[in-house]
Amino acid sequence: MFTDFFYTLRKRKVPVSVTEWMTLMEALNGNCITNLDEFYYLARAILVKSEAHYDHYDVAFQEYFKGIEGPADISEQILEWLKDPINRTTLTEAERALFDSMDLDELMRELEKRLKEQTEQHDGGDYWIGRGGTAPFGHSGSNPAGIRIGGQSGGRHAMQIAQERRFQNYRSDLTLDIRQIKMALRGLRELNRIGPEDELDLDKTIQATCKNAGDIELVWTRSRKNAVKLLLLMDVGGSMEPFAQLCSQLFSAAHSSSHFKDFQYFFFHNCIYENLYRDIERREAISTEHLLRTLERDYKVVLVGDASMAIQELTDRYGAIYYYQRNDTPGIIWLKRIAEHFTHSVWLNPDTQYSWNHPTIQMTGKLFPMFELTLDGLGQAVKKLVVKK
Amino acid sequence: MSNDGFDRFKGSSDYVTSRPLRSAVNVSITLGRPLLIRGEPGTGKTLLAHSIAKGLKKKLIIWNIKSTTKAQEGLYVYDTVQRLNDSRFGDRDVSDIKQYIKLGKLGQAFAAPEQVVLLIDEVDKADIEFPNDLLNELDEMSFYIPETNETIKAIHRPIAVITSNAEKELPDAFLRRCIFHYIEFPDSKLMEEIVKVHFPDIKNNLLQEALRTFYSLRQIDQFRKKPSTSELIDWIRALIAGGLADEKISSEIPFIGTLLKKEPDYNYFAKTRSSRYGDTYDNRR
Repeated sequence: MFTDFFYTLRKRKVPVSVTEWMTLMEALNGNCITNLDEFYYLARAILVKSEAHYDHYDVAFQEYFKGIEGPADISEQILEWLKDPINRTTLTEAERALFDSMDLDELMRELEKRLKEQTEQHDGGDYWIGRGGTAPFGHSGSNPAGIRIGGQSGGRHAMQIAQERRFQNYRSDLTLDIRQIKMALRGLRELNRIGPEDELDLDKTIQATCKNAGDIELVWTRSRKNAVKLLLLMDVGGSMEPFAQLCSQLFSAAHSSSHFKDFQYFFFHNCIYENLYRDIERREAISTEHLLRTLERDYKVVLVGDASMAIQELTDRYGAIYYYQRNDTPGIIWLKRIAEHFTHSVWLNPDTQYSWNHPTIQMTGKLFPMFELTLDGLGQAVKKLVVKK
Repeated sequence: MSNDGFDRFKGSSDYVTSRPLRSAVNVSITLGRPLLIRGEPGTGKTLLAHSIAKGLKKKLIIWNIKSTTKAQEGLYVYDTVQRLNDSRFGDRDVSDIKQYIKLGKLGQAFAAPEQVVLLIDEVDKADIEFPNDLLNELDEMSFYIPETNETIKAIHRPIAVITSNAEKELPDAFLRRCIFHYIEFPDSKLMEEIVKVHFPDIKNNLLQEALRTFYSLRQIDQFRKKPSTSELIDWIRALIAGGLADEKISSEIPFIGTLLKKEPDYNYFAKTRSSRYGDTYDNRR
């Protein structure tokens, strides 16, 4: 039943699984659906699990059910349309003014009259109800007082909703999972016993109680908490533009992971010099030296960048890409200082490994263990970061 | 499964539902699957469960999730310390482990003699693994207690409502087992009904003015937190109590503090009001 609809949905990137499909079949077997309307909502509730996919669903629904429409029932549709004030918000200001100038009853009477006169679907023209005309009713018409009613003349209510595509704004094609990145970041932990003693140490309690000749002696211990502090340094702008989305995902995953003891992040452009920045626009600067002085050595450092730049940007004094930025110390020295200050640091490169033979990538790769910014690469990097030194 | 069995939930006197929402609730009841509700804050996600309980005259069990909540707590807690303590004084028969097993909210819902409504509120607050830990329990609606060698199985599958603010992404495996509904922000028509439920004898004039002002405020994208339904209700309550002239509502917007809860929003509003609102309302008159 409707198996093609399943594939239409998948084609339209609604992540439907067989489990969900079987659930829908179960529901349909229950005979609780009497029309397309109910089917629309039922299938949506069961198959679609995020408002971000509602729009994909609408598109797929339209595509699949376009051919299978109920008999023409325009008048009811229009009546409903007119009754609902929200539809008026879809009109432009000018249209609304014109619409208001016409009495609602007048409009309805006129419509009924024309519907009676009309016996076939109508495209073009300025009187009949139909498509592409200037009559006040119909689809794609140019009469400003006209109402757009569905797309196909025989469309039923559910089709109309699907056509409205109200959830277009909720659509987010960046569904590549932040969750997956978060799961990878979870590996970044060193559990230490810190905080108040609020956990019962069962083994020690038993021991102590035995020693106490059976008189109960409770032994409490501190609970284990993650001691990892994370420092994220990200290259923004310029050659990183194509990877902006990927980087922002990594960032939001790290940012919303609550299991770090501390999380600091800074931005830079192409290479790190005397300043790092708190914001992407690079307005609020903080000196790199200050950072090295204040952050303890046990921060885990993750640098993100493509590390490909003009070679003088990395190795020369005054080599920074910005003319006004007179860096006394070449970038490579700054990178070296970072690599030496912190005990654990890695570099994540969003570019594929095949393009890593660029000289500046080679040089940075010697300072920091470099990994691809993919799930695999991230996993390896995390392992590198928690290794005991 | 008959048709009137399917249309069981019709909303309750103090909660206005849209048709898609009713349909989602009924699907979830019929199929015995948990209903996952998402939506903007203040759209009545939590109240839905209360309404279902009231509408179907069933007991409601609420499990509020916090960041420290563990899945196990929802099932049962074995009070070892109490048992150890009792063994010392010999007050109770310590060989009867049962009396030290305390059922959690989920456990209570399963063990209830009749069908209950179970609300798992703000599931996304918990640890990222939390929903996965409950997969089997919600699927089978049963769990095993090794201490007593007992299996708690739901006699009647509870009507489970799970709410989420989407702070964290929920795992796919969890989503697959749920019925999902996203509560849209109500349009002005539905909102009128909602307000009328709370204030049955509100003057129409006041209502229209208030709604118009409210929706025009919501259109301002610069607000960090747009006013939501619960704020509107509070505001209208203040307006009624204040007894101001209706036409002053849109021009002066009294008691703005009930609508805007963030200082930057309030400042922004104060700054732009004179230019933006003064003009539009003058033009209209």
